[in-house]
Amino acid sequence: MLGSIGAVVSLITFCFYRVLSKPSAAEHMHAPLDIDTKDLNT
Amino acid sequence: MSNNASPSEHQLFKQPSENWGSRLGIILAVAGSAVGLGNFLRFPGQAAQNGGGAFMIPYFCALIFLGIPICWAEWIMGRQGGRFGFNSCPAIFGLLGRNKIWRYLGVLGLLIPIVIYMYYVLIESWCLGYAWSYLSGTIDLGTDASKYAENSGNFFNNFTGANMDGLMLKGKIHVSVIVWALVFALNFFLIYRGLSKGIEKFCTYAMPLMALCAFAVLIRVLTLGTPDPSKPGLNVINGLGFMWNPQAKDAGQPWYAALGNAQTWLAAAGQIFFSLSVGFGVIINYASYLKPKDDVVLSGLTASATNEFFEVCLGGLITIPAAFVFLGVAGASVTGTFDLGFKTLPIVFLHMPGGRFFGFLWFFMLFLAAITSSLSMLQPAVAFLEEGLNIGRKASVALLGLVTGLGSLFVIYFSNGLTALGTLDDWVGTLAIVILATVQVILFAWVFGVDRGYEAAKEGAELRIPRLFKFVIKYVAPLYLLVVLFMWFVNNFRDKARAVQENQVAFLSICVILAVLVFLLILIAIAGKRWQVETRDTSRGPAIW
Repeated sequence: MLGSIGAVVSLITFCFYRVLSKPSAAEHMHAPLDIDTKDLNT
Repeated sequence: MSNNASPSEHQLFKQPSENWGSRLGIILAVAGSAVGLGNFLRFPGQAAQNGGGAFMIPYFCALIFLGIPICWAEWIMGRQGGRFGFNSCPAIFGLLGRNKIWRYLGVLGLLIPIVIYMYYVLIESWCLGYAWSYLSGTIDLGTDASKYAENSGNFFNNFTGANMDGLMLKGKIHVSVIVWALVFALNFFLIYRGLSKGIEKFCTYAMPLMALCAFAVLIRVLTLGTPDPSKPGLNVINGLGFMWNPQAKDAGQPWYAALGNAQTWLAAAGQIFFSLSVGFGVIINYASYLKPKDDVVLSGLTASATNEFFEVCLGGLITIPAAFVFLGVAGASVTGTFDLGFKTLPIVFLHMPGGRFFGFLWFFMLFLAAITSSLSMLQPAVAFLEEGLNIGRKASVALLGLVTGLGSLFVIYFSNGLTALGTLDDWVGTLAIVILATVQVILFAWVFGVDRGYEAAKEGAELRIPRLFKFVIKYVAPLYLLVVLFMWFVNNFRDKARAVQENQVAFLSICVILAVLVFLLILIAIAGKRWQVETRDTSRGPAIW
């Protein structure tokens, strides 16, 4: 029991640490931001 | 595709119409799709039945050598399809397979989630209905302990209509139909809101809330001690031991004898397979909304790990130990999902201090687990209708609502013995997903090419994918899946086919599946022609069709 739970907790901790330790990745906005910089037509 | 794709290759790419809002969002959405009733009700039963702790050895082998590699393959194929602006299985299969046949085989990626949704939404409404019954105090199993099991069974039958056809629609509308209508509407409301504002936003709140509810129930179970001092053997430690201690399947054998039993390995692989939602057509669809350089290796592994956490660390510690503490070995030996979840556990909560509150938490958690899964079943079909028929989201959602609503009402009406539900689950929820997974693995490893797939996986990867992946996905996974299919036909086909011949409701259920299949094949034919016309004169055309 302890081995199984330890293995799964270690795996999820490692994964979320890797995902969240890069703030740019965790908070990375994939959707294009709707910001009109108005510099394309000038 | 390499990292240094030429400009002409970039011109082939098309921006998907929808995107995930954040990386965490897609991880929670995929994990939410995978975490369902099976994590909390099926896994403990399988483990206790197949050697307890000994079961975990083949279980983890199956996770590492089968579950995670196939998940990665689905993530890679989905992202690859999304590069060309395709989000549905038929389109992505056609793209990767470069042949019409693959496009038509992709029908399974639509049929499976649609048909499963028809009965899954009903089970989901039972969970919410039970949660409400605990909250309002309307669940009553009487005061005579010898009749708890009978009363619990009667409550379930009355609530689900499992003792006669048409009960839930006869005369005045049954309360469970009202709950079903509410849950059905909630699903479609969230789907209508879209990928990011609907599914992702909901899963971002629902997953942590689900974990919170599960932790609360877990703490309650682990602090039960020895509730009845006259029965000192029925305590939490022994309950955990019953679930987790390595034990022989047959008396007189050492515990490791279970490892020499092929059935144990097949049961473990089957549990992993169903638990991770492999072969549902959902991961491919979800991954298609990623950007070409988005990571799939770490994201796929994290979603799988989250599912395992809910299954092993929460599901494995709650149901069976709790049933053992109050009901002994006989109560803890109930392994059927419905029997354990809806008939045995209400008796457990009746005995448990604070049982009404924890019963509510438990069934509300199951409802959250179910709704995050059912939401994922609708998105593949919505994506197909939008991109295949070029109709808007409102029309896609309405059409899908009509089809799944009629199918769900069919399951509700033919509720006696849950025959319609069981038949749909046998042929689609069990057999068809193994077939789709086999098709996917063959497409990925043998048609698209395992080397191309391996190179594609490296793009944006934040983890190095082991080279063993190539061998596993090319040889081990297809062989395993073909063996499972072969064994199903040898062991189950005759009985299942006879049941369909002899039972009118089972026969009608097969007709429902075939009707949906034909309807979807016609839509794929229409969509295929449209895609061909659209892409004939563009740079995307030759690369795709």
